[in-house]
Amino acid sequence: MSGAFRIPGAGRFKQAKTARFSFDGQSYAGIEGDTLASALLANGVHLVGRSFKYHRPRGILSAGAEEPNALVEIKRDAARKTPNVRATVQELYDGLDAQSQNRWPSLSFDVGAVNDIASPLFSAGFYYKTFMWPKAAWKSLYEPKIRAAAGLGVSPDQPDPDHYSSRYAHCDVLVLGGGAAGVAAALAAAETGVRVILADEQAEFGGSLRFETGAKIDGQDGFAWAQGAVAKLAAMDNVRVLSRTTAFGYYAQNFVGLVERVSDHLKTPGHDLARERLWQVRAKRVVLASGAIERHMVFADNDRPGIMLAGAARTYLNHYGVAVGRNVGVYTANDSAYAAAIDLKKAGVNVAAIVDLRDNPTGPVIDEARALGIEVNFGRAVIRAGGKLRVSSMSVQPKNGGGERTIPVDAILMSAGWTPSVHLFSQSRGKVAFNDETKRFVPGTYAQDCVSVGACNGTDGLSATVDEAYAAGAKAAKDAGAKTAKGTKPKVDASESWSRGMLGAAPGAGPDTTVKAFVDFQNDVTAKDIRQAVHEGMRSIEHVKRFTTNGMATDQGKTSNMHGLAIAAETLGKPIPEVGLTTFRAPYTPVTFGAIVSHARGPLFDPTRKTAIHPWAEAQGAVFEDVGQWKRAWYFPRAGEDMHAAVDRECVAVRKTAGLFDASTLGKIEVVGPDAAKFMELLYTNPWEKLEPGRCRYGIMLREDGFIYDDGVVGRLAPDRFHVTTTTGGAPRVMNHMEDYLQTEFPHLNVWLTSITEQWAVIAVQGPNARKIIEPLVEGIDMSDEALPHMSVREGKICGVPTRLFRMSFTGERGFEVNVPADYGQAVWEALWAEGQKHGAAAYGTEAMHVLRAEKGYIIVGQDTDGTVTPNDAGLDWAVGKKKADFVGIRGMARPDLVAKGRKQLVGLKTKDPKVVLEEGAQIVEDPKQAIPMKMIGHVTSSYWSENCGRSIALALVAGGRDRMGDTLYVPMPNGVIEVEVTGMVFFDETGGRLNG
Amino acid sequence: MLLIRCPYCQEERPELEFRNAGEAHIARSANMAGETDDDFEKFFFIRSNPKGIIYERWRHMHGCARFFNAVRDTVTDKFVMTYKAGEPKPSKLPGVAK
Repeated sequence: MSGAFRIPGAGRFKQAKTARFSFDGQSYAGIEGDTLASALLANGVHLVGRSFKYHRPRGILSAGAEEPNALVEIKRDAARKTPNVRATVQELYDGLDAQSQNRWPSLSFDVGAVNDIASPLFSAGFYYKTFMWPKAAWKSLYEPKIRAAAGLGVSPDQPDPDHYSSRYAHCDVLVLGGGAAGVAAALAAAETGVRVILADEQAEFGGSLRFETGAKIDGQDGFAWAQGAVAKLAAMDNVRVLSRTTAFGYYAQNFVGLVERVSDHLKTPGHDLARERLWQVRAKRVVLASGAIERHMVFADNDRPGIMLAGAARTYLNHYGVAVGRNVGVYTANDSAYAAAIDLKKAGVNVAAIVDLRDNPTGPVIDEARALGIEVNFGRAVIRAGGKLRVSSMSVQPKNGGGERTIPVDAILMSAGWTPSVHLFSQSRGKVAFNDETKRFVPGTYAQDCVSVGACNGTDGLSATVDEAYAAGAKAAKDAGAKTAKGTKPKVDASESWSRGMLGAAPGAGPDTTVKAFVDFQNDVTAKDIRQAVHEGMRSIEHVKRFTTNGMATDQGKTSNMHGLAIAAETLGKPIPEVGLTTFRAPYTPVTFGAIVSHARGPLFDPTRKTAIHPWAEAQGAVFEDVGQWKRAWYFPRAGEDMHAAVDRECVAVRKTAGLFDASTLGKIEVVGPDAAKFMELLYTNPWEKLEPGRCRYGIMLREDGFIYDDGVVGRLAPDRFHVTTTTGGAPRVMNHMEDYLQTEFPHLNVWLTSITEQWAVIAVQGPNARKIIEPLVEGIDMSDEALPHMSVREGKICGVPTRLFRMSFTGERGFEVNVPADYGQAVWEALWAEGQKHGAAAYGTEAMHVLRAEKGYIIVGQDTDGTVTPNDAGLDWAVGKKKADFVGIRGMARPDLVAKGRKQLVGLKTKDPKVVLEEGAQIVEDPKQAIPMKMIGHVTSSYWSENCGRSIALALVAGGRDRMGDTLYVPMPNGVIEVEVTGMVFFDETGGRLNG
Repeated sequence: MLLIRCPYCQEERPELEFRNAGEAHIARSANMAGETDDDFEKFFFIRSNPKGIIYERWRHMHGCARFFNAVRDTVTDKFVMTYKAGEPKPSKLPGVAK
């Protein structure tokens, strides 16, 4: 059995297999092909949720993506709990486990429903008006309580174990929507041979042909025709057919985002399949065939479970074989609900009465309903629904007032008409136009290369729709470059046609009433709320929307926008187009974060860069730190050492004997060409023309504003060749900065720039024994102090491979930086390491490197400078070429404020208590006893324990710092004030003798 | 995602390949050191912020890596045209009324 409400002979799943599922712990049977909604209805279950604000019992309103009420949580396991799934979209699989939301302790008895009784307190804008005082209670009390009481699903509390995929695609014609219009357009385009993508959000193509039993195309039932046509399209090489795929966003230049639900409908998805796939499609032409969405009638208690859209009831019957009740009433303002009544009547369901708001409509469906013996009432309104957890009656009254009659029913099918789905058109920045005759917004002015066809274009009738769509598909293909068309247009033999309807509140829910006639089910917005918003001064529909939250829930007002607009317009006394329509924004339906993030999470969030020597450091047990995308060895702890002990040992070893350091991450740029020196002159503050080949210089790069941008040692390998180093983090922007000037300001210079960061591994060997470690492995380079003095560079060989050997020091010790091709990096490191072992050398990491350079007062750009520091501020005036006529930053540096007295200058700080290590970033004051807020005169930029100095050391930017040498300043901290003395920046070997030591 | 035509590659490529590089046609003085404070302010700090047509520098970062100029409409966000660095500001724009 698959439910007591399954009608034998109805529906399309004749041989279907049973699928068992549970809802709120109760077990039910459905059939494969059902949605969760159709399976629940087959079992007579209408009550599926509680509303957002008033906790009112809610049922299933629709049979599609527009569903505002039937939101459930689907649980696969502890980590796979998806909230706010529309039961009307979720396909049934055997074992599906669904829970209702926003109710406690149970769906049928929900304590929160007291909000419904207290609803006068919760009218429109109540958040803004209530809970204003006391202010502190908002965070601690009001907001948490409101959030707990109002709301939809609960977010999952574990990381998402599923994976998602992402694809880009290009096509000539992208058809969005797979109903009669979309399929006809796709056929026309595909037959020309151009590349076509056809997408539909449903599992099966056909759109409204799912329920339109009266449709006949090419001699077949409409739905069967659609299946045949889509099978034909899917078999064509130039066509991609995507079902279960929602176009959620229409962006610039025909760029459309779609999400394909790959495995949510499967019993056991397995890990081979992604859960969802994001398609980013660039199309030459887009055909929008997104259909129309039926509107509900706005009357008192129109939200009782069992009250649903007529087209939905018809879908449940004709597609799923499910009757939504045994004794249904119909409330309509247009013809389409008659077809639902007729189909149900023919299937054996009693139709208690049709209540038609129109006065004297005529037409074949009305005649047919009467012929079937259905009671039809014109000029009457349903003014109220009875029942609570399920509708039990409808109260009918002549629309202008009069005697009331109550008709018992177990379901009400309603239709106020159909709203063209202009969401994607509007997202494409097209402007909608209001058709006053049919009271609907339809596509007006197009902004992109797209066309709307069928119901979303306001085209009524299947025949007209197919004609329009087929012609549009052919034209889109031609515009995209198609040569010949050889297909034949599908022939519509029979069709249903309906239009018109009504907008706004129905009689009984008018301005003089206080009934709960819902406009927006998901956000609990009633007709009264909209009027109240207008009365309280909201004039623009955008303000009304935000004040009432009409149209702001996950369904984005798919059923409510037009009603809300009409009520606002009526209350304002203005025509609808003057009040305007709120903007449609992406996404059309909610999109998971997973689909958007795809594989870019965890280790794949950002690339990780590792040096050639990384594996060696890893094997040695190094602890790594992230520097930009790089992993850098931070320190090399030995057994029993903490970070502090390891860094102290590494620092001492470098000054006592030698240390090896992986400096490969340093940015490296080769500047080559006849004008290389001229280019260097312009990009760096220093003079370069006279630098001898084979010599190095510490260079400073400024921005045009005169502030330090980067620094590094530059070696001149030849008159026309410089090997430039940059900071690790600065390499890409320095390259960009150089390219920018070379390409746009100094294009006359004959220079080539090449990033060589990844090409050279760099091994720094520093310390008194550095030369002894390197020398045995080097060929062709005289390493004596005379031949290779400090700040020089030679090319030769080390361990048999080419090297650029720099004599330079970032520690203040005799130092070398051995550049070798990256492929040989680890081998050369290991050879140097073996030599180093003979001298007791240590490997040191970035922390020791930082301490050692701070002991010498060498700055780190980005740590000791912050983008507002000039060379003078940093004490680097000596590196600025005084005779140079031009370089980038020369004018900026001379701005009045940059040469004024009292600027923050880089100085050293010594704590009075040598054991105290300052905190980096700590603020500095002159007088610690002054009132708060104190006047801060600077901050600590670098601070370490220096084992070599036997005390703490720090660098700081202090206002007028160089005039304060020897002064005492104060660093106020939470645990007391720290006294410091202003000093020079060099804490170790002030004369610099150790460079040659 | 916008498509931008690189005037060097002669191809429309997705926006992700490009980086904006600020306003175009702001020449760096040949006598930079001699600029007055006012001139330097105009050169370095002052930028137009039009509603409508703006002339910008872009770089085809993940393509040919060349800097070029582009005309963009800040209202529609559409690129009107692109041209090579060093070429003069176009006097006529396709599809734009004066």
